[in-house]
Amino acid sequence: MEDKKITVAHVQLSSCCGCLISLADTYEKFPDILSSIDLVYCQTLMDAREIPEADVILVEGSVCLEDHHALEVAREVREKGKTVVALGACAALGCVTRFSKGGQMPKPVHGSFSSLTEIIRCDLAIPGCPPSPELIVEVITAIIRGDKEYLKPFIRYGECKHESCGCDLIVNVINKSLCMGCGICSASCPTRAIEMIDGRPLISPHLCVKCGVCSFQCPRIEI
Amino acid sequence: MDPLGNYKSIISARATDKRILKRAQDGGIVSAVFIYGLENNLLDGAVVASKEKNFKPVPKVATTPEEVLEAAGTKYTVSPNLSVLKSAIREYSCEKIGVVGTPCQIISTRKALKYPLGFRHLVDKIALLVGIFCMENFPYMGMKIIVEELCGVRLEDVVKMDIGKGKFWVYTKWGEVKSVKLKMTHPYEQSSCHVCTDYTAELADISTGSVGSPDGWSTVIIRNHRGEEIINNMIEEGYLETRPIDEGKFGLGILKKLALTKKEKNMKEIEHRKKLGLPVPPDVCGLLQ
Ligand SMILES: Cc1cc2nc3c(=O)[nH]c(=O)nc-3n(C[C@H](O)[C@H](O)[C@H](O)COP(=O)(O)OP(=O)(O)OC[C@H]3O[C@@H](n4cnc5c(N)ncnc54)[C@H](O)[C@@H]3O)c2cc1C
Ligand code: SF4
Ligand code: SF4
Ligand code: SF4
Repeated sequence: MEDKKITVAHVQLSSCCGCLISLADTYEKFPDILSSIDLVYCQTLMDAREIPEADVILVEGSVCLEDHHALEVAREVREKGKTVVALGACAALGCVTRFSKGGQMPKPVHGSFSSLTEIIRCDLAIPGCPPSPELIVEVITAIIRGDKEYLKPFIRYGECKHESCGCDLIVNVINKSLCMGCGICSASCPTRAIEMIDGRPLISPHLCVKCGVCSFQCPRIEI
Repeated sequence: MDPLGNYKSIISARATDKRILKRAQDGGIVSAVFIYGLENNLLDGAVVASKEKNFKPVPKVATTPEEVLEAAGTKYTVSPNLSVLKSAIREYSCEKIGVVGTPCQIISTRKALKYPLGFRHLVDKIALLVGIFCMENFPYMGMKIIVEELCGVRLEDVVKMDIGKGKFWVYTKWGEVKSVKLKMTHPYEQSSCHVCTDYTAELADISTGSVGSPDGWSTVIIRNHRGEEIINNMIEEGYLETRPIDEGKFGLGILKKLALTKKEKNMKEIEHRKKLGLPVPPDVCGLLQ
């Protein structure tokens, strides 16, 4: 069995580390996952300096265009990873880093952040801030099993290079006569930016972090 | 393909508890199941549609039999029940949650269980999905027009609404009964219902509705082991009484006919929208089965 284990690397770009914490939040399943894969690189959890070649590279965070190092890492990841996964909304869609404009110490010029999907080709992208532990486990398991059917939505998200926003529900669901008012979008929002009023989602744009979860969870749009 | 989806068995049933029957819409199956669940430690919370003044639906996490009873009865308007799904785990710390919903809400829940992207530690806490049959729903103001303008009754006086025998019925607290032909209510349906092809909540553990059973009784579709276990136990312990489902024209016949009619009618609308270049819902039922 040993030789069959897939090698996995976790690489962090501009992000809060929440996606890795979410992965670790799988409690008893986390050791299971660790024992079913061969974790070859993860700066938060282990001491390996060079990103090695790996079957799967999970990349968390968006890419700061003023940071040459970040751009190099992005390119390196694409070269070394057979399957590159944009893990979480910052890598997949930009998420809260879309609001960054720079002007902060110690790197005031770091002000342009793009999603990883905009910078390199990603085989899979997982929205969410963070994606739930259970979902991350399902995706990793599907990768190990080669379950293309389950991965379909994430392949599609890997291909899309745009941002996401709570207001997408207005344009894609409400305006298209598709919203039937189930309320799952509202429950799924990590910042409680969605209130259900008269059976329709009302988005508070100032609370939305652009994580893409609400649209992903809506059963009325293709994911 | 069976227009009722996959199932193990179908029965007619009603609650034996008079308190439930007094407040329930039909045979009180939904409330009885949740109360049984809460009393026997199979559930510690149920996501339901409660209501405020003027029949305003309010999604709620019910944690006591009293709260389940308060939420009994059909609200013929959108109640975004699933909006409180996360609160059930977070604020109420529920670990065994029952959910009641229209077919579309059951689909949303199944999708969240398969892809729980925004739902940390939810999947293993959903204990039971109870679906209610649904042909269409009305926005709140649509329901208000039907009640107040078509039936001539003030919403604040209404104690119950019902659909049956081709009519929309309104019962007031003064004991009046008003009705209007269902045909008259069609213009007030929410248009997103017209692309919905699930009549009997095909992805639920248990589905229930009035169609197919005599007045005061419910038709219960038991779809899987989970649903079967709870219904069988409830029958054994006297929470439910049953009768065999009428296999004829006024029983299974009409149920299947309505389910098929909904599929055919709304498939036409889906095709129509596609022709116009408009988006239509993905075939989630297929995806989730
Ligand atoms: C919009 C709508 C259309 C329906 N159409 C049909 C139909 O065509 N044919 C048919 O046989 N049955 C239909 N039903 C179902 C039927 O009216 C009863 O709800 C069902 O038979 C359950 O009755 P009961 O006595 O078992 O449940 P009860 O014990 O009365 O409990 C009903 C439960 O449903 C929940 N509920 C009530 N309104 C809503 C709502 N709007 N959204 C989500 N949950 C709600 C309540 O919280 C309660 O827990 C419809 C229901 C709705 C909401
Ligand atoms: S509304 Fe909420 S769930 Fe939707 S994108 Fe914004 S933060 Fe995410
Ligand atoms: S999840 Fe989709 S269908 Fe459900 S309330 Fe939100 S926008 Fe409407
Ligand atoms: S007709 Fe379909 S979409 Fe409309 S409320 Fe009923 S189940 Fe939901």
